[in-house]
Amino acid sequence: MTKESADKQQSTAENIAVSMQNVTISYGKSAAVRDVFCEISTGKVTAFIGPSGCGKSTLLRSINRMNDLIEGCTLKGRVLFDGVDLYDATVDPVEVRRRIGMVFQQPNPFPKSIYENVAFGARINGYTGNMDELVERSLRQAAVWDECKDKLKDSGCSLSGGQQQRLCIARTIATQPEVILMDEPCSALDPISTLKIEETMHELKKSFTIVIVTHNMQQAVRVSDETAFFNAETVENRSGKVGYLVEFNDTQSIFNSPQQQATQDYVSGRFG
Amino acid sequence: MDNRYRLRKRPQSEKLVDSGFKTLALSLASVVALILVAILIVVFQGGLPSMLRYGWEFLITSNWNPVDDEYGAGAAIYGTLVTSILSLFIAVPLGIGTAIFITENIIPEKLRNFIGLMVELLAAIPSVVLGLWAIFVMEPFIRPGLELLYNYFGWFPLFSSSPMGPGTLPAVLILVVMILPIITAITRDSLQQVPQQLTQAAYGIGTTRWGAIINVTLPAAISGIVGGVMLALGRAMGETMAVTMIIGNSNNFSFSLLAPGNTISAMLANQFGEADGSQVSSLMYAAFVLIIMTLAVNIFAQLLVKRLSLKY
Amino acid sequence: MKKNNPGLITRKAELSYKPNITRNLGNRLMTGLAGLFSAIAVLPLILVLGYVLIKGASKISIDLFTQLPPPPGLEGGGIGNAIIGTLVVTFIAALFAIPVGVGGGIYLAEYSRSDWFAQFIRFGTNVLAGVPSIIAGVFIYGTLVTTKLLFGNSYSAVAGGLALSILMIPTIIKTTDEGLKLVPDDLRRGALGVGASRFITITRITVPTAFTPIATGVVLAVARAAGETAPLIFTALFSSYWANLLSVDGLFSSIATLSVLIYNFSIMPLEVQNELAWAASFVLVALILSLNLFARWLGRFASR
Repeated sequence: MTKESADKQQSTAENIAVSMQNVTISYGKSAAVRDVFCEISTGKVTAFIGPSGCGKSTLLRSINRMNDLIEGCTLKGRVLFDGVDLYDATVDPVEVRRRIGMVFQQPNPFPKSIYENVAFGARINGYTGNMDELVERSLRQAAVWDECKDKLKDSGCSLSGGQQQRLCIARTIATQPEVILMDEPCSALDPISTLKIEETMHELKKSFTIVIVTHNMQQAVRVSDETAFFNAETVENRSGKVGYLVEFNDTQSIFNSPQQQATQDYVSGRFG
Repeated sequence: MDNRYRLRKRPQSEKLVDSGFKTLALSLASVVALILVAILIVVFQGGLPSMLRYGWEFLITSNWNPVDDEYGAGAAIYGTLVTSILSLFIAVPLGIGTAIFITENIIPEKLRNFIGLMVELLAAIPSVVLGLWAIFVMEPFIRPGLELLYNYFGWFPLFSSSPMGPGTLPAVLILVVMILPIITAITRDSLQQVPQQLTQAAYGIGTTRWGAIINVTLPAAISGIVGGVMLALGRAMGETMAVTMIIGNSNNFSFSLLAPGNTISAMLANQFGEADGSQVSSLMYAAFVLIIMTLAVNIFAQLLVKRLSLKY
Repeated sequence: MKKNNPGLITRKAELSYKPNITRNLGNRLMTGLAGLFSAIAVLPLILVLGYVLIKGASKISIDLFTQLPPPPGLEGGGIGNAIIGTLVVTFIAALFAIPVGVGGGIYLAEYSRSDWFAQFIRFGTNVLAGVPSIIAGVFIYGTLVTTKLLFGNSYSAVAGGLALSILMIPTIIKTTDEGLKLVPDDLRRGALGVGASRFITITRITVPTAFTPIATGVVLAVARAAGETAPLIFTALFSSYWANLLSVDGLFSSIATLSVLIYNFSIMPLEVQNELAWAASFVLVALILSLNLFARWLGRFASR
């Protein structure tokens, strides 16, 4: 995309939680998303939007080194967090994931009790405080405490889809990360659960920086402060597309007065 | 309309073929049940005289004396249980460790597939060849180690006899070699079936590789693994040739693992050919005991897998 | 910025990889252990194949394939009759096991899908698969050998083949059942739609489509049967002579097989016999491994 948009954010280093600089992610030899310049502001909700195949999820997963789990996935460029390039050879991905949490598209609670689902992460992070209190606090913050409080010993899988997803959010919060990544967290849920989770996000952004990938433009308008619009283009000599960042600005500008034509076309529904 | 495709009623012969084939297939399918039932009946009938003569005592007396015509299968039953259970103790960690090693991406994929192939090929080697190898290669190789055990730990009942070649411990080791492929293969399949989402959730929380394996992947795969272990147990109990070639076929009872021992299947292999009269009946009684034991383990394994997999 | 968002969580934990903290040490230990276990698991195969190769291959000669085993105390000789015997007995076993196994599998997958009968037979198949091989031998011994049911003969190649087929049937039923289940229903409906009878659909459409998994299962079952010993030691027994294959009589008398030869000769305290046992092991393992590799090749053939 353009460095100008990045420069537009005249924020000091402390206001930037994650800074992606010239990031290109490839599976094997083919690039999935290229040349991304993006700075995620602390304490705000940033949304990644764009049509399918433009690499939004790939980019999101690169922030907490989840792409390491995919064989053959490589990253060029830098992802800066807390003054450290997360892809530096000395960095421990396990540490990264303790400070940058993730909520996935399909709710995936552990086959353990609701209590254990939340406590597990805290425990392996060496939490020595009152576990009961932490569990309750996390479940409350995820707006699922009332539905769970009488059945903490029941399996996490016995909840409904929307409740499971909020349980996953509670589990992520319990480890007290600084950034929470959400990969289309509501796409598998019904509208009521979706609304509940969006409300939760408003609360959560008081304590965490949130980055959310979403297909739903209305959702992006409802929850995010800043939005990054990605698009995909075909590459010659190769099948498939490569994604790139088109425009990054605060949400109001992206939706009401975008600067790029592609952005305008997408948000007005002409494609995507 | 084309004359050649005149609509015609299906000839009687075609319908006959249809139902005849179905009946044929049905009878072929039933053969399995017939064989099973027949085996149980034949062996039970053969062992009946001995069962009437000895009753339950047969299972616990270890006096097996063809010369005196007195039979008690206690030593053989003990041997079957001890060798199979001990071999599980060794083979289960080995098998699970190997399965984990070839499902995680610790080493390059080609190497993983190679190791997997090696373990599968091991399963294809006939029991009798392994027995041959045990007699002439394995046993002489471990003899110094066994003698060390006897010299230093001879006071301990398990090592209280001087190793002279064939014995119970070599038999345990060769059983390990034989059941390892089953455990590895089934564990590997079970691990691969754990949904990726689950392991990703674990990593997302910030676990290390082994944190995810021990806390999430293994518990999720446990039903398959336990089923595999039970199958391996059944296989170990019934294993005949390699065991009979290396266990020493002793009719006497001994606690020592270094002494020659016996298992039911080894006893059958050894004595059936030349037995007659009441010896045959006693052997049949022992065979029936073996059938019941392996049946019980196999059925238990199948039920267990069903029950545990419902939870997850 | 903290002033705008006083509740914001920040941590100053180090992000670098610390190799000596407990959890990382533990991880390295476990990985090393798993690697060690894998090495131990692979070791026996290498050692067994290695010894079979070294001790057995050195005896390969024309004599080995054309001569009979020598009487105790004499030198020379071969295992020719045992090789033929293994082929004969395995062939007989396949002759019984393939129709029963494939036919039974067809019934389970095509006619009886998931009703009680199919569940019962599938359960029985799993149970039969777990029956020790020696029991199959004992069973055939008790029914055919002692009673001389087979036209007045006791030990015979046919009896041995039948005992082996008991071991083959569960495998073949299972792989046929699974292979047929993989054939998409649309194919069957297509055939029925043009007016084919069940019989035609099954024999000309469904089974040919599932040919590869069925064939693979058969080959693997045959490979296993070729190596079995316990079912043969008191059904087909052993013989030091050539089997008389030109007359029916030959099939109904005892016969030499590689597996029984290995068993008998390895427990004899005679070096000539021991060496022949290694040579026979070489031939047997070579046969079985080639069958296994053939089955694998077949399997790859299927994944279009």
